[in-house]
Amino acid sequence: MDSAPSSEREPVPPPSSEREGVAYLPSSVTRSTKLLVAGHFSVGKTTFVSSVSEVEPLRTEEAMTHASAGVDDVAGLPHKTRTTVALDFGRLTLNEELVLYLFGTPGQPRFLPLWHDLAKGALGALVLVDTRRLAQSDAILALLEEQGLPYAVAVNEFDGAHRHALDSVREALDLTADTPLTACDARDRASSLHTLITLVSFLFDRMEPTP
Amino acid sequence: MNGPRRARDLVRAYVRTGGLTRPSRDLDLSALVRSTTVAPPVEASGEERRVLALCSRQRALSVAEVAAHADLPPSAARIVIARLMDHGLLTTPTRAHITASPDLLKEVLDGLRALV
Repeated sequence: MDSAPSSEREPVPPPSSEREGVAYLPSSVTRSTKLLVAGHFSVGKTTFVSSVSEVEPLRTEEAMTHASAGVDDVAGLPHKTRTTVALDFGRLTLNEELVLYLFGTPGQPRFLPLWHDLAKGALGALVLVDTRRLAQSDAILALLEEQGLPYAVAVNEFDGAHRHALDSVREALDLTADTPLTACDARDRASSLHTLITLVSFLFDRMEPTP
Repeated sequence: MNGPRRARDLVRAYVRTGGLTRPSRDLDLSALVRSTTVAPPVEASGEERRVLALCSRQRALSVAEVAAHADLPPSAARIVIARLMDHGLLTTPTRAHITASPDLLKEVLDGLRALV
């Protein structure tokens, strides 16, 4: 930047060059859409995004200021806490014009404005669950339902996890009969892509049901 | 110098409102952004320059990618990007309006299937 020649009228050089290390979209891409990848902490959201994304997953951190319950300062005011919420995301260029972004959601159903913002305009969500911690998925599903965001569920098969029958998972999570429920290996690109295809097929069928 | 003062204004406003400062327009994290041929003014803030240096005229990046690469929280990035758009320094390739439609879903489905 310092080595760029500057004119007398424009001391700041115009932004004409691209930065190294940044994966820009192909020049033909002009439209974007997004899906959410939801699930509790360490269920495998980032692994999933990483295995399908055409670029290394990126992370952006939002600072949330909120009141901590039950802790007052000297003046009797509620104690404020600043928390950072990390959002890991990736992308997939689907054709010449269109790119799909995959946003990992926060691991807990807190910071509703952030959730609302992520959900707004999203086509739907893939919810990854772990059969050893199904109860933790409940709150996430409830939140997505509250946001009115359609979703499909995928059981991330961890090594050593019991191969629960999907029926019992469906029952434990109280899923509706039409909610897709599949098994997936978030580390595997083909498996993860198939999971996304299942989700998007479901979203498509919902909008345009076959007679 | 106006630069540092402008940057401090942004930080002060952001902290004062607890992150609720609204950008001048609705920008989704997946909205695409490109730079224009308009040169940045001398008064451009540090954050504005960082964002401008990142953006390309030919190839877009999403608001989220700009935030990540510029090391800004998404909410701050949106404010900066919106302001730069207001001044014609950044643009979006198409309307940032995302609507789910059967056509779009079919397009996404076809695109995903082609990758397997």
